[in-house]
Amino acid sequence: MRLLSDSIGRKVVMAITGLLMVLFVVGHLLGNLSIFAGADGINTYAAKLQALPLLVWATRIVMGAAVLFHLVISIQITLENNQANPTAYAVDRRLRATFAGKNMIWTGLLLGGFILFHLFHFTVRSVPGLEIVQVHDALGRADVFAMVSAAFGKLVTAAVYVIAMLMLYLHLSHGIQSTFQSLGLNNSKTMPGFAKFGGVLSVIFLLGYGAIPVAIFFGLLAK
Amino acid sequence: MSAHATEHGTMNIKLIVWRQPARDKPGRFETYEAKNITPHHSFLEMLDVVNEDLIKAGKDPIAFDHDCREGICGMCSAVVNGVPHGGQERTTLCQLHMRKFKDGDAIYLEPWRARAFPILRDLIVDRTALDKLIQVAGFVSCHTGGVPDGNAILVGKPEADYAMDAAACIGCGACVAACPNGAAMLFAGAKVAQLAELPQGQVEAPQRVAAMVKAMADQGFGNCSNHYECEAACPKGIEVKFIARLNREFTKALCQEKIGAISTTTAASGD
Repeated sequence: MRLLSDSIGRKVVMAITGLLMVLFVVGHLLGNLSIFAGADGINTYAAKLQALPLLVWATRIVMGAAVLFHLVISIQITLENNQANPTAYAVDRRLRATFAGKNMIWTGLLLGGFILFHLFHFTVRSVPGLEIVQVHDALGRADVFAMVSAAFGKLVTAAVYVIAMLMLYLHLSHGIQSTFQSLGLNNSKTMPGFAKFGGVLSVIFLLGYGAIPVAIFFGLLAK
Repeated sequence: MSAHATEHGTMNIKLIVWRQPARDKPGRFETYEAKNITPHHSFLEMLDVVNEDLIKAGKDPIAFDHDCREGICGMCSAVVNGVPHGGQERTTLCQLHMRKFKDGDAIYLEPWRARAFPILRDLIVDRTALDKLIQVAGFVSCHTGGVPDGNAILVGKPEADYAMDAAACIGCGACVAACPNGAAMLFAGAKVAQLAELPQGQVEAPQRVAAMVKAMADQGFGNCSNHYECEAACPKGIEVKFIARLNREFTKALCQEKIGAISTTTAASGD
């Protein structure tokens, strides 16, 4: 039996790496929401986070590996599945499959692209045309608030982030409930609960993350 | 039922049917008129009427699989307007009745489509791949000899019910036909779950799940991505909880094998 090549083995890897990324999405959202406490809020959070390089780098390494496994296996599986079902029916009617479920590969690839963009945008700060000059606040901390405010003041940037969060919503509205099934934790009684849990959590992500560029773009966020 | 198709009235249906002369020959859709169909006709009886007309006209009748025509044998297999067995809940095609259609309806009829199910002719596909899964992993090894006492191994009522629910599978393959990935996880999950639930099947559970997963890949079935189309299309109400059980059994066996507690490479063969 092989974890990385058997059908269900890869399913388990998809579920576990997906779950790790969801945990990261939760943590990242909780951190980001400190922006609603103003400049002092998010700058304090950023400074405290940067003071923990071990945590930051451990997270980066684990997340990088998770994304890589998730990505490679999903492409493999999609190609295999297309081969296993090469002919479409003349009438395309689905009883249960959702738009989100059917487009996991596309929302996933878009999210992968977004993660790269996001890292180069705010972490490496070297996206051509969107270069960010690191400034410091009165306490000498990196002024994340100013950086984010400047970025989301532009319509295109704010729109890219909001669209990416819509992709995240779609991906996770199928992905979260799917995790429980893939890990074999599901049964008929728990299924509606897991589906609801996944739905609610993905809406929270959409609203939580989406609120940041929207609030900044419309000038709703006080400094 | 429309006003045209009253209790004693009849209806005409337009059929757009996949015609394919043989396994590796190209196929195409052809249109037929099903005339004088009563609401009491079953779907297969409607096809009988059409075929009678075709034969009288000296044409090739539409080939379709059928046997018991009472919803228990699992032979009938056609995709009606994109849905295996026609989409009436817990109903095989033979038990679907024409009262579900209206006069003048157009119906697309296609065979199960999946790489693992090559089309033999028209609406008939080769479902040997499912038999292979059973040969490789869908059994319990037992000694021959005297008949053991019926109550020698006690099985609790909940376990018996669970196993029975899984065993309700008639092997028609609608789950594979409905799956966007051409996967057989519901079929395999039901068998693995049924046997793993019972004391007689627990002994070989790890070897069975390992063999089953390998056999699915060997037979050309796809991977599951939790769309649950299979459950929706299943005429016997087999639930995807059995796929969760399959996943659980796999993970359990994999862990047991990795720590060296068991081996799954010496799985009993079906010979």
